[in-house]
Amino acid sequence: MINKVVDNIEKALEGVENNMTFMVGGFGLSGIPENAIAALSKMDVFGLTCISNNAGVDDFGLGLLLKRKQIKKMISSYVGENAEFERQMLSGELKVDLIPQGTLAERCRAGGAGIPAFFTPAGYGTEVAEGKEVREYKGKPHILETALNADFAFVKAWKGDTAGNLIFKGTARNFNPLMAMAGKITVAEVEELVPAGELDPNQIHTPGIFVQRILQGEKYEKRIEQKTTRKRN
Amino acid sequence: MALDKNQIAQRIAKELEHNSYVNLGIGIPTLVANYIPKGIDIEFQSENGVLGMGPFPFEGEEDPDMINAGKQTITTLDGAVLFDSATSFAMIRGQHVQLTVLGAMEVSENGDIANWKIPGKMVKGMGGAMDLVASADNIIVAMMHTNRAGESKILKECTLPITGVNCVKKVVTNLAVLEVTEKGFKLLERAPSVSVDEIISATKADLIIDGEVPEMNI
Repeated sequence: MINKVVDNIEKALEGVENNMTFMVGGFGLSGIPENAIAALSKMDVFGLTCISNNAGVDDFGLGLLLKRKQIKKMISSYVGENAEFERQMLSGELKVDLIPQGTLAERCRAGGAGIPAFFTPAGYGTEVAEGKEVREYKGKPHILETALNADFAFVKAWKGDTAGNLIFKGTARNFNPLMAMAGKITVAEVEELVPAGELDPNQIHTPGIFVQRILQGEKYEKRIEQKTTRKRN
Repeated sequence: MALDKNQIAQRIAKELEHNSYVNLGIGIPTLVANYIPKGIDIEFQSENGVLGMGPFPFEGEEDPDMINAGKQTITTLDGAVLFDSATSFAMIRGQHVQLTVLGAMEVSENGDIANWKIPGKMVKGMGGAMDLVASADNIIVAMMHTNRAGESKILKECTLPITGVNCVKKVVTNLAVLEVTEKGFKLLERAPSVSVDEIISATKADLIIDGEVPEMNI
């Protein structure tokens, strides 16, 4: 077994530098790597490009890095939950690439899977297609999209083992397994780290080969963005 | 009387087909889940990675690891399944999801839809909308007929940046049910007590009117 465990978040972030490209897992605030984001927001690392479906909220998630102006460019599909983000984007301080969510997911997957580019129908005829090659397949136009990779991918899982194998919970899975595949160094933080052999190999979502560093996460806040409930009858 | 948002959702629910997979967008579309007709079995897909989405949880049972695409806390039903975002969009792009219900800012007579951006004002992003409209077999738009300024959202051509081309099949508004045909919008139904003339004057596109236009049955 190859042991991927690092003892703390500082060791997990070794090698992080200015102007790097990061992938950050999560959908909204669900499944975000809270420990990595909190530690990055205390480091003097700037000029970052972040690939993440969303940009957090003003005081949590990637909003923490935006507030300190550590991010120079975001690649996302939806950023409507963050007022500071919108301000920086409209004022031109922050560069933003908005791309369709399925295209974002597939570009990460392709990056990890050794597929440099692919054709998709999503975005044809829109601003997203500007400057991109168009080809017809089965009578329908498609646009060429390229794979994404990152210097670091930060992902969060429910359980992981010392070999880096990961299991996610609920809808906190989202982009995490895809980004894990596409990072040169993938850092996985988990709610529960167990010895190799304890997880059922049949139930593992992300094979440890995609994970370079794994650590036991701590103090998860797991903030809920939109609490919606119904009454008991 | 013009419909309210719940009645728009109720009318769209009549379009649901037995044993189908359906993706509901944010806003009015979400309400469609409250009006599934008896005897119709539906599984709702949410693009953040769940199929078999159930109602909101009871107070105190919210799980931060269980949300829908609108980031609202949800539950799952028996037979539900969870998956990553690439698998989710494989279901959508691969046309395994039969019906998509979306909100819109504008719809044009050739079926173009605009719902993701107002240049210089509002830039929230397209989320999964572009993937959904590019691939779904059947796309129904749920929206108010006019915007807050009272201007028609049904147009000859979209004025806002579009989300997808030639994709909308039907539009249900507070005033009317419209079908997108090769020749433009066809007026299928009108809201109770709303006249055809009222719909024509609220619409900035030509309407094909074929004989008597029935009232919606809500």
